[in-house]
Amino acid sequence: MKAILELSKVGITFDTPRGPFEAIKEVDLKIAEGEFISLIGHSGCGKSTVLNIVAGLLQATNGGAILDGKEVYQPGPERAVVFQNHSLLPWLTAYENVEIAVRQVFKGKKSKAEMRDWIEHNLALVHMTHAQHKRPDEISGGMKQRVGIARALAMQPRVLLMDEPFGALDALTRAHLQDSLMDIHRQLGSTVIMITHDVDEAVLLSDRIVMMTNGPSATVGEVLDITLPRPRDRLALADDPAYNRCRQRVLQFLYEKQRKVQPIPMSSDSAKSSMAVQNFG
Amino acid sequence: MFSPTKQGGMPEWTQLWRSLMKGEFHSVKVVKILHQVGLPVIGMLVFVMIWHLGAQRIDTSLGVFPGPLEVAEQGQNLYAEHVAERGKEAGFYQRQEVRVAERVLVDPGYKPVLRDYTGSATFFDQILTSLATVMSGFLLASLIAVPLGIVIGLSSSMHAAINPLIQIFKPVSPLAWLPLVTMLVSAIYTSDDPMVAKSFVTSMLTVSLCSLWPTLINTSVGVTSVSQDLVNVSRVLRLGWWSHVIKIVLPSALPMIFTGLRLSLGIAWMVLIAAEMLAQNPGLGKFVWDEFQNGSSQSLGRIMVAVFAIGFIGFLLDRAMLSLQRWLVWDKQSAQR
Repeated sequence: MKAILELSKVGITFDTPRGPFEAIKEVDLKIAEGEFISLIGHSGCGKSTVLNIVAGLLQATNGGAILDGKEVYQPGPERAVVFQNHSLLPWLTAYENVEIAVRQVFKGKKSKAEMRDWIEHNLALVHMTHAQHKRPDEISGGMKQRVGIARALAMQPRVLLMDEPFGALDALTRAHLQDSLMDIHRQLGSTVIMITHDVDEAVLLSDRIVMMTNGPSATVGEVLDITLPRPRDRLALADDPAYNRCRQRVLQFLYEKQRKVQPIPMSSDSAKSSMAVQNFG
Repeated sequence: MFSPTKQGGMPEWTQLWRSLMKGEFHSVKVVKILHQVGLPVIGMLVFVMIWHLGAQRIDTSLGVFPGPLEVAEQGQNLYAEHVAERGKEAGFYQRQEVRVAERVLVDPGYKPVLRDYTGSATFFDQILTSLATVMSGFLLASLIAVPLGIVIGLSSSMHAAINPLIQIFKPVSPLAWLPLVTMLVSAIYTSDDPMVAKSFVTSMLTVSLCSLWPTLINTSVGVTSVSQDLVNVSRVLRLGWWSHVIKIVLPSALPMIFTGLRLSLGIAWMVLIAAEMLAQNPGLGKFVWDEFQNGSSQSLGRIMVAVFAIGFIGFLLDRAMLSLQRWLVWDKQSAQR
């Protein structure tokens, strides 16, 4: 297994008015080409921080991320991000939103016509051809997220980073998009890191699930290989013992080993300390 | 993409009007019409009544304070004077042409000296002068305020450095700036054959100085509040500084910039009258001042006509900006008011 992305002893400490806060420490992870990885953990455990370090949007204090043998120190289109709230430019149509990325990435490499084909190809991949000339406020949340995925795919990234991409969607739309994403992953063989809260989503989509301990100083708790054969079908899997064992493992980790205990805020001061989560691991 | 949307009152009540004409009678709609058309009319009528009754009781050194009727009469007078002056001008040029033609007939080598008509500016000429002055001042202010606002919004250090200056200069009255600007223009703008009059430059600069602040402040706020997600998109795409500003920051901040521009244009128009009065720029401000100095029994009525003209033009300018905003800005919600 050749790793294209390696996280090595990644840690980050933020300076806060109340002193340094170590969000994550010693996160080690190797990701092979074409692998689909999910990062799962309770909210506030630093999943997004890990992703932002890989994206280059945050600088690790210790260690770092290495992509294709080179250390990551700034954001770039080879690590395209699908943001949780789509982050489309509201004044541009779906087509133009993808276009802005394609123009920037393939400037001088593709002709005008090639760019147009490439944009349309990516919009077709996420089934958005019919609404490509609509602006974000004219389409539904699920469609916006599809365009966000098309924009990221159009950058032809080495690694696709997804920050809770379906978190804000209703369950039915989410299922549709998960199926689309599985299709795309099968077609393109992209390497994906996805953050999620959703255990079913993680098991259904991933090759490996990386479970994170609770913060502060969060790190990788367990890694679970999902060896279920692809293509996966959500209906068939519902009764599949292997699928349910995987689910069970993740649930056990989240709700027994890393049970999150929120202290009940007594005053405004203790509310701030809700970051200090007890760790039963 | 930039289609003007049908918002605001107009289309709705034209629609109502149409259905009424067709004989469709809906009590809800009639109440709506009364609300939208009837109440403003009643408001105006009450105002005119109070004005009419009140004006008769006020004796000034220039005669009785003008009521609505006197003002309407002066409005007609001003229009008649304008028409008469245009007639005189046309006559002058016609006579000059005839004179030159006759002279050339007698003496083919004659090089005619053509003179411009030097009649007095009418009320309508003065309105045009005022509009030209306010637009140039506003344009100059915008050309400074928008780029500077973007720079301030993008850099917290620039903001820290410039903000105190903004806060200090923002409340300064045009009357305070004017003497300084006048002397400055006299000292710097020296040319034997000036393209535009000094009084014009002085008024324009004063207008700019007073009106650039709202645009500056709103632009910088608009730029500061560009969503962090969009900034992240820009970073992932590795947009250069210039592309970042043009493709992300400017469109994001456009609704706020327009809010600023509308406020600025309103202030510019208000300031202009005072500036023109003192700088003697031949616009509405000078008209008011001249009438005041003139002190005839008609003066107050004519000034009142100017007051209405100023108010109405100010209203139209604001509407024009609003239409421009609706046309240009993606966020139609921001142009509701």
